[in-house]
Amino acid sequence: MRRIISILMENEPGALSRVVGLFSQRGYNIDSLNVAATEDPTLSRLTLTTFGDDRVIEQITKQLNKLVDVVKLVDLTEGAHIERDLMLIKVRATGVERDEVKRTADIFRGQIVDVGPNVYTIQLAGTAEKLDAFVAAMGDAHILEVVRSGVAGISRGEKVLSL
Amino acid sequence: MELLSGGEMIARALEDEGVEYIFGYPGGAVLHIYDALFKDCKVPHVLVRHEQAATHAADGYARATGKPGVVLVTSGPGATNAITGIATAYMDSIPMVILSGQVQSHLIGEDAFQETDMVGISRPIVKHSFMVKHASELPGVIRKAFHIAASGRPGPVVIDIPKDITRPDEKFEYDYPESVKIRSYNPAQRGHTGQIKKAARLLLGAKRPVIYAGGGVVQGEGSELLTKLARHLNVPVTNTLMGLGAYPGSDRQFLGMLGMHGFYEANMAMHHSDVILAVGARFDDRVTNTVSKFCPGAKIIHVDIDPTSISKTVQADIPIVGPVGAVLTELQTQIEQLQEKDGAGPDEGALARWWQQIDEWRDKHGLWHGRRFDTSDHIMPQEVIQTLYKVTGGEAYVTSDVGQHQMFAAQYYKFDQPRRWVNSGGLGTMGFGLPAAMGVKLAFPDSDVACVTGEGSIQMNIQELSTCTQYNLPVKIINLRNNYLGMVKQWQDMQYEGRYAMSTYEDSLPDFVKLMEAYGHVGMKVDKLSDLEGAMSEAFAMKDKLVFMDIFIDPMEHVYPMHIAPNGAMNDMWLSKNERT
Ligand SMILES: Cc1ncc(C[n+]2csc(CCOP(=O)(O)OP(=O)(O)O)c2C)c(N)n1
Repeated sequence: MRRIISILMENEPGALSRVVGLFSQRGYNIDSLNVAATEDPTLSRLTLTTFGDDRVIEQITKQLNKLVDVVKLVDLTEGAHIERDLMLIKVRATGVERDEVKRTADIFRGQIVDVGPNVYTIQLAGTAEKLDAFVAAMGDAHILEVVRSGVAGISRGEKVLSL
Repeated sequence: MELLSGGEMIARALEDEGVEYIFGYPGGAVLHIYDALFKDCKVPHVLVRHEQAATHAADGYARATGKPGVVLVTSGPGATNAITGIATAYMDSIPMVILSGQVQSHLIGEDAFQETDMVGISRPIVKHSFMVKHASELPGVIRKAFHIAASGRPGPVVIDIPKDITRPDEKFEYDYPESVKIRSYNPAQRGHTGQIKKAARLLLGAKRPVIYAGGGVVQGEGSELLTKLARHLNVPVTNTLMGLGAYPGSDRQFLGMLGMHGFYEANMAMHHSDVILAVGARFDDRVTNTVSKFCPGAKIIHVDIDPTSISKTVQADIPIVGPVGAVLTELQTQIEQLQEKDGAGPDEGALARWWQQIDEWRDKHGLWHGRRFDTSDHIMPQEVIQTLYKVTGGEAYVTSDVGQHQMFAAQYYKFDQPRRWVNSGGLGTMGFGLPAAMGVKLAFPDSDVACVTGEGSIQMNIQELSTCTQYNLPVKIINLRNNYLGMVKQWQDMQYEGRYAMSTYEDSLPDFVKLMEAYGHVGMKVDKLSDLEGAMSEAFAMKDKLVFMDIFIDPMEHVYPMHIAPNGAMNDMWLSKNERT
């Protein structure tokens, strides 16, 4: 099953490599990874998506918790949550295609953030699933480049991951 | 407040931490530190002959005393040489602090002379690591490193220190912190009361219970509590290779070691049990044999300080995360309360039948209940360990290397106390025994320290004979001489039709007796059983001499019992070359 694990960790050099190293060392997979500082400069927030059965996920969360740099951790998929992935996608758009690309972008509520004579760069935010659907809708022929932030997530309601 | 250079701070912090020995080897990146140690430091430094030995010696010291071992090595090759020993300590959860020199801060990343990314290389085999960015951080970092290494599930911690951080001309305020607080590190202080109560009920209702105790009981100083609990409940106890001594070896309730080369009665009792109390053990593959066939009728209570150890391979029915001492104390109380209030178990009739069954297993194939090995023209390895046990009165610290000799020592030396058996269980590091014995001997100079080894293993760190000369470390080396990489040969006998691929040395072994003389030690060759006990008594009587006993044993002997793998269960064992369960 797909899981979104969100981690609050010390904003220290080496902390990220310990998290990533753990995954390769123990044969777990990382599907996407997103990390940046928080409002508290001593903490960074890392969100990763991974796949595994309950036992594997239990081990992953325990192993992550054991890392000295990890302050707190939550498996967002255990409760109601919001997930967002940000994509910048550069597509070839010439002639009649230009309208069609724009129309598809509109349907997905994407924004065209850069325009060239032959290309559009579209920005799109949403669940990983939605971005996948957009990529599929574009078709391989149009796509020149795809950049994604990886999933960032947060719990719904009052629940917070903080110190 | 006092002003100290980075190098001086390290020297002072090690004093303030109460460190008894530093095991190390100098080099360019740590010269400022060495100069500070030389000028003013009360902590003696032991110069080894190879950095791997520094880590094993610190490790041996830590296992025997319970205090963190301390290692100091230079950058690059000094650091990489220490890696095997760090991994060894990591696998067995041994507290250790490793100070490694690093190239100057401004050279990091430039492939400077003797630069290695030590934090990176050691990452998967440390509990934690630090890279020091400024001298003023040193007292705090060192304090934290010792705290992390020794608390919770212990382990090695690396502190990587660029050379410029330790320069003598830049001084900063030194203040060694009294206490440590790390917001992201809070090992459990006690177990969950509800879970402990459930465990108490389950144990009191058990008909065929077994306690399976590992190295965590030794590390967590839980031996006395465990012994008390086991006796109170009249439950049989088996120890892992790492746990030997956690329960007294010569006690009636002790079943011997379990696992791949475990005792018949221990493996049988595990397999047929209805309740297993696992304490400070981790169900690793050398214990469980095939996990899906592991102890089919057993409910499992698993106590461990490290939540990742629980349900990693075998699912626990009652997981309890907490320090062994606190959990066992509460478990004992809960059990006594249940007995008083509800008049609950134990089921004495069932236990009597269980013990009867266990005694039958013991009589049939128990290693300590009758002679379970052949006679031959040679000395048998088992006889060597039995003699060692006799000559040392069962009181020695015994370190070992890795191979058949290690298993014979684990099977035939009955350890009555924790911390007396010092071996590399998790990583299985040949070359561990001699340097570990040095660390133990420094910690307990008045005790007998024996290193049980083989010709293969001893040669992996034989250069340490010179360290033993320099610091006068009169350990006794018991070489079970079979002229093979014996454990490799055993597998080749059993699985490769006796094709001894690279497990013989032909005629290349040194004359160990002469070699010992060259180092100023004593060498003895023993090849007759009738000479064995006399010679060994003589060796141990030489209190101030390192004695190497080259004992020629039957080269064809195998270690039994041995789990049948793959696909075998706990109770599937070879009992001799032609007998199986
Ligand atoms: C550093 C290292 N290399 C290789 C091995 C694999 N290995 C395990 S036991 C063994 C043979 C050990 O031979 P020896 O020390 O003579 O002991 P014996 O088995 O003969 O008692 C080997 C090569 C190991 N455990 N450690």
